[in-house]
Formats: sequence, structure tokens, C-alpha cells
Amino acid sequence: MSSVFLFLSAFLASAVEFVEALTIVLALGVVRGWRSPLVGAGAAALVLAGLVAGLGPALTLVPIDALRLAVGALLLVFGLQWLRKAILRAGGLKTLHDEEEAFRHETEEARRAGSTRRAGLDWYAFTLSFKGVLLEGLEVAFIVITFGASAQNVPLAAAAAGVALALVAAAGAALRAPLARVPENTIKFAVGVLLTTFGTFWGAEGAGVGWPGGDVALLGLLAFFSLAAVALVKLLRRTTAPASAQLAP
Amino acid sequence: MKPIVRFGRFWWDFLVGDDWRIAIGVAALLGLTALPVSAGIAAWWLLPVGVMVVLADSLRRAARSSRQS
Repeated sequence: MSSVFLFLSAFLASAVEFVEALTIVLALGVVRGWRSPLVGAGAAALVLAGLVAGLGPALTLVPIDALRLAVGALLLVFGLQWLRKAILRAGGLKTLHDEEEAFRHETEEARRAGSTRRAGLDWYAFTLSFKGVLLEGLEVAFIVITFGASAQNVPLAAAAAGVALALVAAAGAALRAPLARVPENTIKFAVGVLLTTFGTFWGAEGAGVGWPGGDVALLGLLAFFSLAAVALVKLLRRTTAPASAQLAP
Repeated sequence: MKPIVRFGRFWWDFLVGDDWRIAIGVAALLGLTALPVSAGIAAWWLLPVGVMVVLADSLRRAARSSRQS
């Protein structure tokens, strides 16, 4: 069961981050040609893959209780950040991330930027694509490494991220447009709940807790955090002025 | 901004995020959970409940500052 959760969490988190990275690469490719942004994205993907390949197996050598305490704490802080933002967006207190607007902004910037060639590449397009994919992908690498190491299954978490990357890249190549219809906030909401669930489960185990029912407790935690998060959204909506924002959960 | 400051700020934003109280709350809750557990008391419920209290408090602060601005 935890393998299914592991795959789902890594897949969803990766997909939503790759959608944001795709917007940057597409905007650069449309305005400045495809070669340099694709080389930049490929270089960033290699750095990220190296990070996962290097740190993932190394972390599995740490004693499991200490690892789960540290990873649980990090995942909890990280997951609560995602959940907090998603709840604030769903509650109308934070603007939703708009891929079409981001695409317009990036294309405008790309048109205005000057042209410098280094190593046969359009340096602006290469560096922006590299940085964009690296920064968005860093969250993916973090989730893959922490989830994979704690579940002692880094390859499964990495495979989930790989499938997400392939799907997003294929959709981007087919559409040649930002994936604006992907319900990003809903996915971020779900990922926030999943990260919080795993962070709590592993963090508590690391602190010495024995969960009633073992792994089945994950289902109970998932239900508890989902219901509590939906209740917090409703509470926020009631206490704030009506917003025009799209509602997430 | 100096590169080292930028580097530190990046990792702070990446790991701690918009509300540092969440990170402090999580660390405190893990410590609080370990205490009764080490004395043999079943305290598995403490972390999930505490986590939601920390999140609700952070959201309450965000909502309040949003209303004030």
C-alpha cells in the first residue's frame, strides 16, 4: 500500500513542478528557437538525476529511525508549506498560479532580452531554461530522495518522477502551448496532504511511535488531513470576502 | 546581494518557506511526541492533531494580515 502512495506522491509532485518548468522552456523555444532551451533543460535534468542517483542510495545507509525522524520533519515542513499555499489559494487569499499568464510574461521577457552566443548556444535561452528546470526540479529531487530513502525504494520514486516528466514533455511537444488546463492548485493540495501524511507517519515513527495498525494508519492519517484541510478551506472562505478565484478541492 | 547570502536565502525559502513558525512548531511537536512515547505512553495521536493546530494557526495569521493589508 505504501508503494502505491509513494508512487502517487512522487508522480503528482513531479507532474505539477514539470508543468511549471515546461512553461519556461516553451516560452523560450517559441521566441528564441528550440535548441538552446532544450540543451539547458537537458543539462538541468542531468544535474537532478545525478543528485538523486548520488544522494538517494547514500541516505539509505543512515539508520532507518534517524532517517525517518529527519525526513519526517523535513517532509512535514515542506508538505505544510504546499498545503498552506494551496489552502490560501482555494480560500481566495492568494492568487492562483496561471500558466498562460506565466507564458505571456516569459515570452515578453525573452523577446526583450539581448542575444549573446557562447559555446554555440543562445546564452540567455540556455541559462534561463537551465535555471528554471533546475529550480522547479529541485523540489522533485527532494521529494524523490526523501520518499525513496524512507520507504527504502528510491528507484520507484525516481520512476514515478520519470513517468511524470515523460507525460508532461509529451503533452508539451504535442500542444506547443502551456498546460493551462492542468488543475495545478488541486494537485498541489493533494500533494500537500500526501507529504503531510507521510511526514507525520515517518516523523512519529522516528520519534518512537508505534502506529496502531502499522501501515494501515497511513489511510487514517490521509483521511484525517484531507478532511481537516477541506474544513480549513471552508472556514477561510467563510471569513474572507468572496473571491473570483477558482476553487481547488 | 552577496552570493553566500543569496545561497542561504534560497535554502531558507526552499526548506522553511513563508512561515518559519511551521518549522519551529514541527520540531517542537516531534520533541513533545518523543517524551511520552519514551515513558511508554501511547501518544501516536499527538503529532497529527498538533500538525493541524500549527497549520490552522499559520492560516489564521495569514488571513489576518491579508485583511489588514
